[in-house]
Amino acid sequence: MDRQRVKFTFESEMVKEPIIYRLGQDFHIVTNIRRADVREKLGWVVLELDGEKEEIERGLQWVSSTGVRVDPVGGDVIAG
Amino acid sequence: MPFVSGLKCRECSREYPAEALNVCDFCFGPLEVEYDYDTISEVISADRISKGPLSIWRYQDLLPASGENPVDIMAGYTPLLKAPNLGKRLGLNNLYIKNDSVNPSFSFKDRVVSVAATKAVEFGFETLACASTGNLACSVAAHAARAGIRSVVFIPSDLERGKVIGAAIYGPTMVAVDGTYDEVNRLCSEVGDNYPWAFVNINMRAYYAEGSKTLGYEVAEQLGWRLPEHVVVPSASGAMFTKIWKGFNELACLGLLDGVAAMSFGPDQNTVHHPAVTTRMHMAQAEGCSPIVTAWKEGQTQVKPVRPNSIAKSLAIGNPADGIYALRVINKSGGSGNTVPESDVVDGIKLLAETEGVFTETAGGVVISALKQLAESGAIKPDELTVAYITGNGLKTQEAVEGVVNPLMVKPTLSSFEEALSERTAIRR
Ligand SMILES: Cc1ncc(COP(=O)(O)O)c(C=O)c1O
Ligand SMILES: [Zn+2]
Repeated sequence: MDRQRVKFTFESEMVKEPIIYRLGQDFHIVTNIRRADVREKLGWVVLELDGEKEEIERGLQWVSSTGVRVDPVGGDVIAG
Repeated sequence: MPFVSGLKCRECSREYPAEALNVCDFCFGPLEVEYDYDTISEVISADRISKGPLSIWRYQDLLPASGENPVDIMAGYTPLLKAPNLGKRLGLNNLYIKNDSVNPSFSFKDRVVSVAATKAVEFGFETLACASTGNLACSVAAHAARAGIRSVVFIPSDLERGKVIGAAIYGPTMVAVDGTYDEVNRLCSEVGDNYPWAFVNINMRAYYAEGSKTLGYEVAEQLGWRLPEHVVVPSASGAMFTKIWKGFNELACLGLLDGVAAMSFGPDQNTVHHPAVTTRMHMAQAEGCSPIVTAWKEGQTQVKPVRPNSIAKSLAIGNPADGIYALRVINKSGGSGNTVPESDVVDGIKLLAETEGVFTETAGGVVISALKQLAESGAIKPDELTVAYITGNGLKTQEAVEGVVNPLMVKPTLSSFEEALSERTAIRR
């Protein structure tokens, strides 16, 4: 089992999509939302994912493919 | 011993011991250092500071690591230069340049890394690590060398030569990642989770970021314990921006500013605003990566991440960790956000070099071009005391200004020289 903390950022139309629900349904991943701020045009959700490493990777690839941005929880790790 | 009482989550206020932690376990919010300011106020004074070392460690009472045996290559205590020539060009009569390009590894990052490295050694780590678009890598490698510990620096594979060499020379394990910044991020988060290393901007971040407060303290001290009316600051993660503001407010609350009465910090140390701190905080970002300034211009409270594409690589951070906090500081201080067209970055570098003899990197070009905009729009009035923060050195981004090299090509004879000279009307005997 693996655990990963990520931040999803949704833009415009994607705000209305049940991405996190499907991530839990279509993949063997348990999702646990810790903090979120979702507005009409922009939203983000910080969450923890539990599952097999490969399954989490597959799930996150699917999330990215929908146009939702996936980032580390604390913002960019890379600095100037 | 440092006067640290612990760490506190910026979002949910949960408290943690002062350990090597990344984010709040509960809400994954960022952690901030909490201080015992009552004790600090009993020991600190302008006189005590003035007798301290000529580095950031003169402010050790306000730093989260012990100043007794710091990893110190003399970061900080850089010149605050009055800039009459540049001022004249911009119509500003009271302009100063905080020249942080002359730090030991040639950027302000030495301030944050000196604190992070000291803390890492205190915690017993044997490896200091970072992911960086250059300046941070140079500084981490330099401080690790000084501390006698190993360093591992991750860099994107398309970095400027001056930054690659400026880091490699100190002997780090250098990892050039052939991928997008997103991929570098993902990789480094994973490495951070799996290796027992002190990652300066992950598990050392709370301590590391505090080092930038010294950019606020120093300017105040150099101005005779006064604050400027305006500052212009370059931002990537936004951390330095928030810490300069925090530094100003700490000095005010501790009664260290001239003619300013001390004030209690209250329950929320990290957002305290002393009414005597009236400095307007102006942020500068390049157009190719300006998520924080864009949010400010659009009146948003969130910062939308972007994919960076900017000549100012040191500011090319698309998903800024301190973006929303920096946004709040712009608003609270009555400052502004300024985007600089990519094509103006080099103009800014040249303008500063030609008027004041200071050679800055692309980040400094962004600052000078933003300063020019602020002067032209009247946001900064001619007589207002203004400080522009120049945070990195031009020798690291030489590629950006290669076009300036245009020597007179002559044979070693006086006639050849005079012929060539006469062709350049600008040059007279
Ligand atoms: C030269 C220079 N100036 C400014 C910054 C911005 O600092 P911050 O990430 O704290 O906003 C950086 C690096 O990130 C830098 O290298
Ligand atoms: Zn929290």
